[in-house]
Amino acid sequence: MPSLNDYLILSGILFSIGTAGVFVRRNLITILLSIEIMLNAVNLSFVAFGRSLGTADGQIIVFFVMTVAAAEAAVGLAIVIALFRHRESLNPDSFTALKW
Amino acid sequence: MLVYIPLIPLIGFLINANFGRRLSKSASGGIAVAAVVISFAVSVAAFVRLLGLPPENRAIVQQVYSWISSGSFQASFTLRLDPLSAVMILVVTGIGSLIHIYSTAYMHDEPDSEYARYFSYLNLFAAFMLVLVLGANFLVMFLGWEGVGLCSYLLVGFWFEKKSASDAGKKAFIVNRIGDFGFILGVLLVFVRFGTIDFQQIAASLGSIGPETSFGTISLITLLLFIGATGKSAQIPLYVWLPDAMEGPTPVSALIHAATMVTAGVYMIGRNAVLFSHSPLTLQIVAVIGVATAFFAGTIALVQNDIKRVLAYSTVSQLGYMFVAMGVGAFSAGIFHLYTHAFFKALLFLGSGAVIHALSGEQDLRRMGGLKDALPLTYWTFLIGALAISGVPGLAGFFSKDEILYEDYATGHSVLWVVGLLTSLLTAIYMFRLVFMAFFGPRHVEEPAHAAPEPHAGATNHHLHDAPRPMAFALVLLAAGSILAGYIGLPAVLSSHNRFNEFLAPSFSPPRIEQTATSAAEPAPERAEVGSAQLELGLMGVSVVAAVGGIGIAVFFFLRNREAAARLAERFIGVYTVLTHKYYVDEIYDAAIVQPIRIVADEGLWKVVDMRVIDGSVNGVAESVRGWSELLRRLQTGSVRAYAVSLFVGVVALLGYYLWR
Repeated sequence: MPSLNDYLILSGILFSIGTAGVFVRRNLITILLSIEIMLNAVNLSFVAFGRSLGTADGQIIVFFVMTVAAAEAAVGLAIVIALFRHRESLNPDSFTALKW
Repeated sequence: MLVYIPLIPLIGFLINANFGRRLSKSASGGIAVAAVVISFAVSVAAFVRLLGLPPENRAIVQQVYSWISSGSFQASFTLRLDPLSAVMILVVTGIGSLIHIYSTAYMHDEPDSEYARYFSYLNLFAAFMLVLVLGANFLVMFLGWEGVGLCSYLLVGFWFEKKSASDAGKKAFIVNRIGDFGFILGVLLVFVRFGTIDFQQIAASLGSIGPETSFGTISLITLLLFIGATGKSAQIPLYVWLPDAMEGPTPVSALIHAATMVTAGVYMIGRNAVLFSHSPLTLQIVAVIGVATAFFAGTIALVQNDIKRVLAYSTVSQLGYMFVAMGVGAFSAGIFHLYTHAFFKALLFLGSGAVIHALSGEQDLRRMGGLKDALPLTYWTFLIGALAISGVPGLAGFFSKDEILYEDYATGHSVLWVVGLLTSLLTAIYMFRLVFMAFFGPRHVEEPAHAAPEPHAGATNHHLHDAPRPMAFALVLLAAGSILAGYIGLPAVLSSHNRFNEFLAPSFSPPRIEQTATSAAEPAPERAEVGSAQLELGLMGVSVVAAVGGIGIAVFFFLRNREAAARLAERFIGVYTVLTHKYYVDEIYDAAIVQPIRIVADEGLWKVVDMRVIDGSVNGVAESVRGWSELLRRLQTGSVRAYAVSLFVGVVALLGYYLWR
């Protein structure tokens, strides 16, 4: 039976992988996927805390996060498609027009 | 009932102000005249009702609504009719009606919209003046006081396209503001000292205490109020606006700058007679200023060549007389002179207006002359006015002026009496100088080429016509008033008792609620003792000699022997120049007050405070915001990844702070 700490360590590792993905990858879709990993890392810690404290709150919040993540993925992918049609590229560094 | 007296002219104002430009001349003029005439009728009705009350509590009070109620400060919009305000409303609406009627003809050359504008102002003035005289407390009075000042400004600057007229309007307004500032301070101090601004309550609370022997609060209050009076009633040092106010239409000069508004200061002192008589010091100042103004303005009037300016200085001088009367405690004599002066000065102004009208705008006396036959009606009515103001026995001015002079002497102010007598001599001289220069002597008016050159051809001359019917109507009625008005207040020595004084007496004593009546009644019999009948008749004789002497001097210099006048002016060229330049008072004020203010405003306030400090701080704020944003905008790179990094760094920093703290 894994302890709460194990879950939290796993969650931390997943979160770091996600963060690193956001920073390192040069593809917008991969970046979106990395964000999903980060969100799910947080979900994992919520569920772990919920179980350890014996309440349902953690699980309820996870449902919310998942809903929002689904919506976010839909909007994000739509934007990505629009950007791709515009520039023929998925590299975030080629979209820097919104500046001073 | 009382509220209708000012309300009806106000309605007339609203109609003419809102719809005037769509009304014909006869409609807008008719509405304005009707408003004042109805107001006059209501005033007469109110006056009759007042007379029906027993003399000891003759007053009609109407509280229209409660205006301000804040803590211990109570001010309601209350109108109060007592003998003093009754005299004033009759003068304002009565003479006002005649001047409205006169104006319908005088202003007939104006375009329709200007005509309506003129009458709307005139109605508004009547409304405010009636509020001023009917107000039962300082606040209501102040409302009227400022209102008439506004109307004076609007009407002086009526022909605002002319630079001199708009300047004169501004001058009238600004000089009045200086006086009003004193007045406001006085009213505030009244509230601080008495806890009320109601005239009756102030007088009642003073009933039990004696006059102030040294300079105290009451002296300060009355002095501040008197500063207000010097502004409104054109006394030294604030009289300078009145002669310039002659830029307005002549009927305005008659109504506002001779008969009614300028007497507001005198009325205000009369209204607060109890308050002022508690400060002998202020009364003395009032009397001295009054007599100085009377003499000073009289000397200027001797040499002026503009017909209206002569009359303007004469008004200043006569107002000085009224203040002298107030200053020696002869309040009813002052009000009596105010009342008779309203008739003959309105008459003189309207007469001069008829002359100006006949000569199509000519105001210079040197270019008049010989108008006696061309304008017979104007001549005769003007002559009556001149006789009345000079103090020829039997006419209104004689009784009132003589009463003031008598009161001066009887109260022991013989210096005031001497200067007053000299002024009366001056009055006769300058008035008849005016009469002789305008109506007698050679004709200076250029005749149109086709008209017959002989002087008696006036009837066939299109340009030189006598007063049209509405103007003639006003002139004749005012002339009748100038003869008859004085008989209401015959001095005690000529009739059994002075009814005018008796009628007004309750207004000048504290309200009789306690035993204070005895102390208030004291001064009157005392004065009667001093002045025996013989003395009064003797003084009367002296002032008759002064009046007739003045006319005689005028006959000699300006009718018989004009070269003598010119020679005299040459011999005393210094004095003459000083007088024609009005003692250089305008120049002195300009150098001492106007220019320093202008320089401070120009060099200090504008170029340093405004341009450097205020503009500098506003622009400085904008500059610094621009500088900082120039730096900060570099942070917005547009790169999503850079934003993500900064977000991450921020989260780590915050978490690190809380974890390692």
